Amino acid sequence: MSPERSFPGISPDHLRYLNEQKAYKNKVLLFQILLLVASIAFWEVATRLHWIDPFIFSSPSRVVHTLLSMHHQGNLYYHIGITLYETTAGFILGTIIGTVIAVILWWSDFLAKVLDPYLVVLNSLPKIALGPIIIVWFGAGATAIIVVALLISVIVTILGVYNGFAQVDPDKVKLLKTFGATRLQVLQKVILPASIPTIIAALKINVGLSWVGVIVGEFLVSRAGLGYLIVYGGQVFRLDLVMTSVIILSIAAALMYQGVVYLEKLFTR
Amino acid sequence: MVRAAPLVKVENLTIKYHTPEGEITALQDISFGVMPGEFISIVGPSGCGKSTLLNALAGLLKPASGKITIMDQPVKGPTPLVGYMPQSDQLFGWRTIYKNVLLGLEVQNKLTPETKAYAKNLLEKYGLKDFMQARPNQLSGGMRQRVALIRTLAINPEILLLDEAFSALDYQTRLIVADEVKQIINEEHKTAILVTHDIAEAISMADRVMVLTRRPGRIKNIHPIELTCSVRTPIKCREAPEFRYYFNLIWKELDIHVA
Ligand SMILES: Nc1ncnc2c1ncn2[C@@H]1O[C@H](COP(=O)(O)OP(=O)(O)OP(=O)(O)O)[C@@H](O)[C@H]1O
Ligand SMILES: [Mg+2]
Repeated sequence: MSPERSFPGISPDHLRYLNEQKAYKNKVLLFQILLLVASIAFWEVATRLHWIDPFIFSSPSRVVHTLLSMHHQGNLYYHIGITLYETTAGFILGTIIGTVIAVILWWSDFLAKVLDPYLVVLNSLPKIALGPIIIVWFGAGATAIIVVALLISVIVTILGVYNGFAQVDPDKVKLLKTFGATRLQVLQKVILPASIPTIIAALKINVGLSWVGVIVGEFLVSRAGLGYLIVYGGQVFRLDLVMTSVIILSIAAALMYQGVVYLEKLFTR
Repeated sequence: MVRAAPLVKVENLTIKYHTPEGEITALQDISFGVMPGEFISIVGPSGCGKSTLLNALAGLLKPASGKITIMDQPVKGPTPLVGYMPQSDQLFGWRTIYKNVLLGLEVQNKLTPETKAYAKNLLEKYGLKDFMQARPNQLSGGMRQRVALIRTLAINPEILLLDEAFSALDYQTRLIVADEVKQIINEEHKTAILVTHDIAEAISMADRVMVLTRRPGRIKNIHPIELTCSVRTPIKCREAPEFRYYFNLIWKELDIHVA
């Protein structure tokens, strides 16, 4: 070991490089925090000094006030809970049902060929347009909202996962066939495990789509949830409520996305 | 010595592909036999049907006419008598090395303490003991190819089919892996058929080299290879005085035109 090395295997040059990298990362983080603080401060100051109307723009202090009063009334967690439940159910069901249908299409080439034009049409159709029909069919409640969320993600999932299956290296499939594998074994041992990254990618997309479905569903059903609070707040001109709900929504959506990213790390090492 | 019966018999084999564009005769009237323990190399122009021949031997293709028998059993589909080794190693990244090696046994529902011990023993014997729990991406290309061979050997086949099994490797690794594979195949007393584009590789490894014609592939010639070298390893065999002769002979037969 040469004497100038303080850590085994790390040269002073490399140490300097690592430190520079770390400093740069910290700088980015610092500016991210500064940007957030500055925006909130500007929002507060602008409303206090009446550059903008606090009644229609709300303000950070009014948001905090709304948050606290909702916390005391206890209905805050009820609405958050409902929305979280609908969203989670929507993207999990969308991913599972989509993957199952993709497996069926993979299994039967005939069915895949027959259904192909229908999938193309359904994929290009804005599923939100079906919202009112879904509400009539399933009743104005959580079920209809979950169905809307599911509908938005399921077609994308089918197409994405099915294409993922088709992209599995044919030589891997061939290898299994030379061992005498059945179709079910090919599915279990190659197609599904090789497609885990594709399925998780679908899950990631579906989280976002499911939020869209749930919020629009809640707009339409107007019973409970963050989407309901936003629509209701808008209708009665309580912009404090709208802003508060939107902020909670963005935090919840970001956290849920991070959860899926964590799941991805867990499954794809 | 008693003259043994051929392990593999191919008689008047013709294979056609049907596509919307038309019918392609990939192989026409192929007949040959492979003796137990023999190593045969197949060379031929691109697209002449070499992979098709291996696929047929592996039971993945139905012949248009003719027949294939392995140990006196007609080939009707994939059989455990045949082990196939693909072009790149095709190890599954989501499995450990040990689990990769067990793949064939798993598929054939033959996972028993004995077969597992056999697979483990092969890994130990060929220097992969310390990597049993590693993932494929932690191994070098040469080691991965060795694992792929052991995965094929784990089902204890009689005959090994290697379709350009070394072509994904860089030149140096390729020479070394060819040496290793040949040694392992000899040690395990297996019969092997190797498809390759590399004439030198074909000659250095084989007891006989089969030359196929342009499509539709027919057998142009089968050359018994007699090399005088002290140690019979592929790398050493390349230095044999007869090597050049065989190389030129096969090169001419392949009739390669560089336009
Ligand atoms: N599934 C298929 N459908 C239709 N034609 C095929 C199919 N597979 C191979 N062919 C054709 O049959 C011929 C022989 O193919 P094959 O893959 O056996 O050749 P090869 O000798 O292995 O070629 P290469 O040296 O390029 O690996 C080629 O002309 C190829 O285009
Ligand atoms: Mg080929």
